[in-house]
Formats: sequence, structure tokens, C-alpha cells
Amino acid sequence: MNSDRFIVGHNVRKVDGVKLVTGAPAFTDDIHLHGMLYGKILPSPYAHARIQRIDASRARALPGVHAVLTYLDVPRVPHTTAGQAWPEPSPYDTYLLDSKVRFVGDRVAAVAAESRAIAEEALRLIDVDYEVLPPVLDMEQAMAPGAAVIHDEPDSKGIYDASQNVAGYILREIGNVEEGFRQADLIFEREFRTQRQQHCPIEPHIAICWLDADGRLVIRSSTQVPYHCRRQVAMILQIPVSRVHVIKPRIGGGFGGKQEMVLEDICGALALATRRPVKIEYTREEEFYMARSRHPQILRMKMGVRRDGTVVASQLTVLATTGAYGSHATTVQGNTGSKVLPLYRAPHMRFECHVVYTNTPVAGAFRGYGCPQGFFSQESLVDEIAHELKIDPVDFHTRNVIRLGDTDRLSAQLGEGKEGLPRVIRSCGLPQCIERAAAAIDWRRKRKTLPEGFSHLKRGVGMSCCMQGSGIAGIDWASAFLKMNEDGSFFLQAGASDVGAGADTVLAQIAAETLGVSLDKIVITSGDTDITPFDVGAYASSTTIISGGAAKKTAEKVRAQVLEVASRLLDTPVEKLACANNEVFTTCACRKSVTMAEVALHAMYREKIQIMDGASHFNTDSPPPFCATFAEVEVDTQTGQVRVLNLVSAVDPGVAINPMQAEGQVEGAVAQGLGYALTEEMLLDSAGRPVNPNFLDYKIFSAKDMPRLTTILVQTDEPLGPYGAKSVSEVSVNGPAPAIANAIYHAVGVRIRKLPIRAEDVLRALHAQRSEPIPEEILVAQ
Amino acid sequence: MKTMPLRVTVNGEAKEWAIAPGDLLLDVLRREGYFGVKRGCEKGECGACTVLVNGRAVNACLMFAAQAEGCEVLTIEALAHGDHLHPLQEAFLDYGAVQCGFCTGGMIMSAKALLDRCPNPTEDDVREALAGTYCRCTGYRKPVEAVLAAARGGRK
Repeated sequence: MNSDRFIVGHNVRKVDGVKLVTGAPAFTDDIHLHGMLYGKILPSPYAHARIQRIDASRARALPGVHAVLTYLDVPRVPHTTAGQAWPEPSPYDTYLLDSKVRFVGDRVAAVAAESRAIAEEALRLIDVDYEVLPPVLDMEQAMAPGAAVIHDEPDSKGIYDASQNVAGYILREIGNVEEGFRQADLIFEREFRTQRQQHCPIEPHIAICWLDADGRLVIRSSTQVPYHCRRQVAMILQIPVSRVHVIKPRIGGGFGGKQEMVLEDICGALALATRRPVKIEYTREEEFYMARSRHPQILRMKMGVRRDGTVVASQLTVLATTGAYGSHATTVQGNTGSKVLPLYRAPHMRFECHVVYTNTPVAGAFRGYGCPQGFFSQESLVDEIAHELKIDPVDFHTRNVIRLGDTDRLSAQLGEGKEGLPRVIRSCGLPQCIERAAAAIDWRRKRKTLPEGFSHLKRGVGMSCCMQGSGIAGIDWASAFLKMNEDGSFFLQAGASDVGAGADTVLAQIAAETLGVSLDKIVITSGDTDITPFDVGAYASSTTIISGGAAKKTAEKVRAQVLEVASRLLDTPVEKLACANNEVFTTCACRKSVTMAEVALHAMYREKIQIMDGASHFNTDSPPPFCATFAEVEVDTQTGQVRVLNLVSAVDPGVAINPMQAEGQVEGAVAQGLGYALTEEMLLDSAGRPVNPNFLDYKIFSAKDMPRLTTILVQTDEPLGPYGAKSVSEVSVNGPAPAIANAIYHAVGVRIRKLPIRAEDVLRALHAQRSEPIPEEILVAQ
Repeated sequence: MKTMPLRVTVNGEAKEWAIAPGDLLLDVLRREGYFGVKRGCEKGECGACTVLVNGRAVNACLMFAAQAEGCEVLTIEALAHGDHLHPLQEAFLDYGAVQCGFCTGGMIMSAKALLDRCPNPTEDDVREALAGTYCRCTGYRKPVEAVLAAARGGRK
């Protein structure tokens, strides 16, 4: 597919790779600033309390303490910490510091001191009298009559119904779902529960803030959203946007957790208060409960099918909690409907969701953005339906999934905080994904030979399908700027935020391909609000398609300028010129050429022209990448332990700009999906305190825990993407949980509908299965 | 604050630093500019701060700096010589084993400790050696491939 391309579609090394493998100082914390202070946040010990009195005088008197801020010292500006395009669809329900605390870990005060030890000592010297309020910890109790009201403040905005603790509510229907269920031969309905998962970037959140020589606030931060961060911090600290400079260095993993202004506002406030550089870095423990997490949900999934296996109606009813603040509350949950249900071509669909506040850690954006919960439910139920109808799940999927040329009408109703745009499927490799992944795991043979015999180890295989988006249609946009240097190299300035997923490399590849130069001729700077033009940031699987689109447009404009100059040098019309291999050459028989360096030198010193240009880009549609995930598990019937032996992901990312990097995105998403399926859950005790905020008690997969991974890229050509690319970073996180749950059913005949699937849950289900008949399906014959 | 001298060889250079008795090796190395040694958990759980002390891979956050007295400490910064990268570094780039890069230094140092004592490891050996370094980006397939390739002494 890419044989005519020199750089796009090739496995080039990461452009920032050398500094990363050599340990060069590239991350936020890798600088020493003279006089830098350590900032520290006093976390609330209570899940729900009002601060009756707060006295920081003892802390302020401690030698080495330069500032202590409480709610009495800072402006009160309602805002959201969600790093979203203005106007953010998340409620403005958060304050820099507040007189009320709403979860264990909520900000009570902040200090800046000369050392970490002094800062920690100062926190102990802040005297706080709390009026402890009854907490709402269980999302099923949040709307109950008499439940404590978490957001009773009058000045928050955009909350759906604060008096009922409802941050957001969504109801959308296409067709007539009741009529759809009447047309169904069989109706299946099940409840699923998902947990609070944490991003666990190996680099915790960190920000370093200082005032530059002009007195402007510089924020060096581990952020996915430099521009949103700049806008939000300026609003909260009540300074002009022009007085804020956000720098995004290398980022040690984000996964959505850094699509959020978590530290920059308070760190900036401390820098303004002390006029000294201030660093705040979360400890690992703080990262768990004071950053963000995946929204826990209770999902009721209902599907109506005909006996031949055709899906006619689907309905998903969700209760989710956003924790104490509504960051990404309606948008994540909207995705649970809009990106999940349309996988099937049912004419009737209904999605309803309540997102409630609880006095628990704040949920936010997390790779998959609402889809992992939805696909776990939908794909588990579909497996059950296929089993009941005695149809192979592969065939059931192939018959029902969305196809090339289809229009997804639910997306049109469910945009980010407003009506969306219809989604038309212009590229779809899902059938091939299913076919190739099934072949890779040897599906037909392994499904037939059910493990018999006396061994307590039973094997099974299961599958799931999923899709995602590529940017937010009509909202996400990006820009880039290119200028040529006299050696024929180019500076590419992109607003995009490489958070480790390889965006800088992909954008440089797109620019190099378009300009006809080798990759080493592109020097990229990204994610610096003083230097690079605007970009919404790294989220919603948008960077390759949206920022990449901006890079391509920009490079096309600059290439036109290069050809203009070359045309004069070669005395040949532009139409008969082409760029490749760092040269401009004539396409006619004469085969004249000039090097890019000669063009640049001539333009700069003879014609006195800087070859440069910029462009902006957005899409009115969000082409979905597709994924089929197949898992083979071994279940120990004596312990309930589930071991994943093989995991195959076949993904349609459009054209993979860098296939090696695209595979890496899939495999990293799979590792997080495995943890989501089997091990990861942030637990809170009965007072809302975190139980396991460390890597010993919160288990993420290590190199030894991983199954054998097989990654298959099924490349298609997406008309809306640069060089045919869609996206790849999120989609495959959705697949492992349902594929594993379905494989467990195949192995031992029990359905687990709650994540993570722990050994004790499997064992309990196995016992129940042995001592009594399998519970009757909630199966209504019409 | 009370200080004590620390005499240690870091990346082949003899150093004498004033440290506090309770300073962690992680903090001292970062303070002295070895930023390739990363702080990920400070509890010996993530492995991002892995360095070699007398050839053994250790978590720098679990060792007092004072315990390194007289030792040879090797950090990720020592592996490349100018533009000449270590075979592990070359392999990590060629095999796409680097994503965000935050764990990469620790992972490469763990792998180096393995290859120094076991030049021809099996895949299980490599996975065992890397098990102490969490990576949240790669799913480990490409880092494992990279270490095996480096052990084979060549590129793809």
C-alpha cells in the first residue's frame, strides 16, 4: 500500500528516541532552577466536610515556609479541570481552594517551602476544624431521598441537578426502541459493573511554575493539553492569557489522566504568591487518589434479536459516578453510548445515563473514554446471545457489525456536550480484523475441542469487537507552522502534545513525506504555547488525524513556495516540478534538479524570502478505527485463577503512518485492558479512604504477567485522514475485558459480569454452578 | 543540616559529595544531575530509578546514598559514548521499544545487568529481568524483543 511513499508507512525510529534512551534531561522534573521551592497540597482526611476554621499561622511561621494558601487567600472562580475545548461541556463545579472538601484527598491548603521536608512539616502545622458531613460513597445511593448534597454551593454552573447529586444526564434514542423490542424474537438483558481504574503513568503529575524576566507566569508541566491549561489557569488566577506560558516537555505517559489541569493552577498560585519557582510533584500515593481515574459504571444492557441472529434493537442504561467533581462527566458517559451501540446495525437504539456525584476520587478522561465499560457490557451480552442462538460469535459479529457506507445516526445525536454530527463509515477493515485474528488464535479448532478430562485447568477462547473515534467531529482542531532553513531543513512547530505515543514522529513523517525530504531534515517543536500554534491537545485519538492533517496542509503550502523558487532557479514551470530525496527536480525529460539547500539559500539571500507558512485543520466527522480482540485463557477450577495465554488484537487504524509505533500503541492499550479485565481496581474503605494506593496492592501487568501478544494491523485507506490514517491509540483498550470474560465462559461455563474478574469471583461462580443449576437466563420469548 | 561525605564512583568518575545521612541514592543522583534516574514511586515498586551498583541492578530509591560508599554506580547516562549508542539503546530504538521513555532508562539498566551475567538469555530470562520495571506504555513485547535482539548482537 505504501510502496510509493518514502517515509509514511515506514518503521522509522522515534524522532525523540535518542534523548529518551540516553537518559538526557527531557522531562518536567529534569531541571534545576535557582531558588526553587517545593509545593505540597494538604489533602482532606474526610470524604465530605466543611472547613469551619482554618489557621495557617503556625505553618507560616515555620522557617523555610514561603507561602501557605487556603481558600481565604485565593480568588473563587468556578471552573472545570477537564482539558476540553472552550466552552467546556463539563460543569464548572471546582474551585482553586474551597471551604468545603468533597473527597478524601481534596485540596484543603497548599504550601511552598524550601525543602520537601519543611513543606511536609508545614502541612502538619495547619490547624483545621472540620464539620464532618455524611458522605455519599455508593453511587446507587447518590440520588436517594435524603442523600447529602455534595455541590450545595450557589455559584457552580452547568450541573444537571445539584440537589439530586446529578452532574449530568443523557437520553438519546433513534428509531423506536420499544417497537424494536416488539419485533424481536428474543430479548436479553443483563447488568454489568465496572470499577475505578487508575491511569498509573510511570511519571506522576508534576508542574514547575515560575515568573520569567518579564514577570510572565511560566508553567512547565506534564500535560496533554497545554493550550487548554493556559486558558484555564489564566481564568482561575485572573491574569491575561498573554501572561501565561505553558511548556510541555517530554511526558512520562498520560493516558487521559493529564488531559486535566490537576496541579498547574495551584502551583501557579504559589509561584505568584512567592515570586519564586515552585515545583509540585505528586507522590505515587497521591497520584492514585488525587489525580483522576476511570468512571465506575453500572450498566444495564438490553438487546433484541431475531432467531436468525439479526440485532433489531439495543438499549443501554447507565449509572456512573464522576466522583466529587464533574470533570468529563457527560462526555465520557456519552461515549459509552455513542461509540458502543452503533457497532451493531440495529435500527432502534436507546441510551440513557445518569452521572452522579459521590464523595470519591474524581474520575476523568482515560484511554477508551467511556468505551471500555460499554464494550464490556455489549460484547459480553452479544456472546451470550450468540451462545443461546447456537451461532458462532465470529459469525454473529460478521453478520451484525457496522459496514462500509453505513451512517451511524446515534453519533449525530450524541456529540460532545451538544448535538453531534452523523458518522459515515468511509473505511472499514473490521471483517478482515475478525477473520485474521480468528485465524491467528486458531479459533475454529479451539472452539470445537472443548477441554474435557480430569485436569483442573480448563482452556477456552473468546472474542470481542470494538471501535472508537478519531478526534471529536466539528470540535477538535489543530494547527502547525513550517519554516525553511538555509541548509534545506525545516522547523515544524506543532501545537500537538506528544505524551509518549509518538506524535512528534508521526507529524515529522507526514511533513517530510509531503515536502520530499528525509526525516532528519524536519526539526519538530511541539506543545509550547509561546512558540507553537494552537492545538486542542492529545486526546480523543485526534493527534494523527487532526494534528497530522494540519501538518500535511502546512507542508503542502510550504512545498508550493519551495516549487515557486525552484521554478525560477530551474527555469521550469511549477507544474513540471516535483520534490523527493531532498531535491526539487523536473519531471520532463531534461531531468534538471536543485537541492533543497540550494532553493533555501537562493530564497533567503538572493530573493530575501523566508519560505514559511502555517495551516489549521479540523474534520466534520470522526472516522472510527476498528478492533477485533481474541483471547485464550486457562482457568484453574480449584482456585478460580484466570491466566491469559494468548491475546490477539487485529486493528484497522487506516493507514499506519509508522506501523511499529502503531503496534506499540495497540500493545500498550492491551496491557491496560488486561489490567482492567483482571487485576486493577482502586478500592476505598467505608469512610472513602483509599485502601491500595501503591503498586504492590494495585496490580498492573509486568513483563512476566503478560500473555503472548499478537498484533495485526489491517490497514485501510481513510479519505478524511492524512495519507489515509485514522487513529490507533485507544481502540484496543476496549477489547480484552469482554474477550477474556467470554473465553472464561467457553472454558468453564460461568459468566462474570463485574470487573475486574478476580479469582474469588470465578471460584464463587464455579461453586454456584456446581451446587445448583445455572440460573435461568433472563430470556423472554415473544 | 548535618552532612557526611560520600565517596563513590559514578559512571567511571570518582565523586566526593556532601550528603545527609538519610538521603536516598535516587535523590542524590538526581541532585547531582543524573536526571536519567527517574522518580516513579519511591517505594521500590516501579523500577524507573534502576541503576547498577557494583554490577547489580538496584532501585536507587531503596538505597541510602551512604550505602553506596566506595561503590561503582552506573546510570543510564553512562551507556552511550558520544553519538555511539549502546547495543541495547540501538535495539530499543529499532524495535520501537520506547514510547514515553520514562521507564526506558531503568529498563535498559535492568537488561544490561542481565546481559552482563547472562549473554544469551531466553525470553523468560528477559521477562524475569524486566519484571521489576513497570512500563505503562508498551505492553512489554517490543522491549523484550529489543533485549533479545541486543543479546544476539545485531539489529533485525
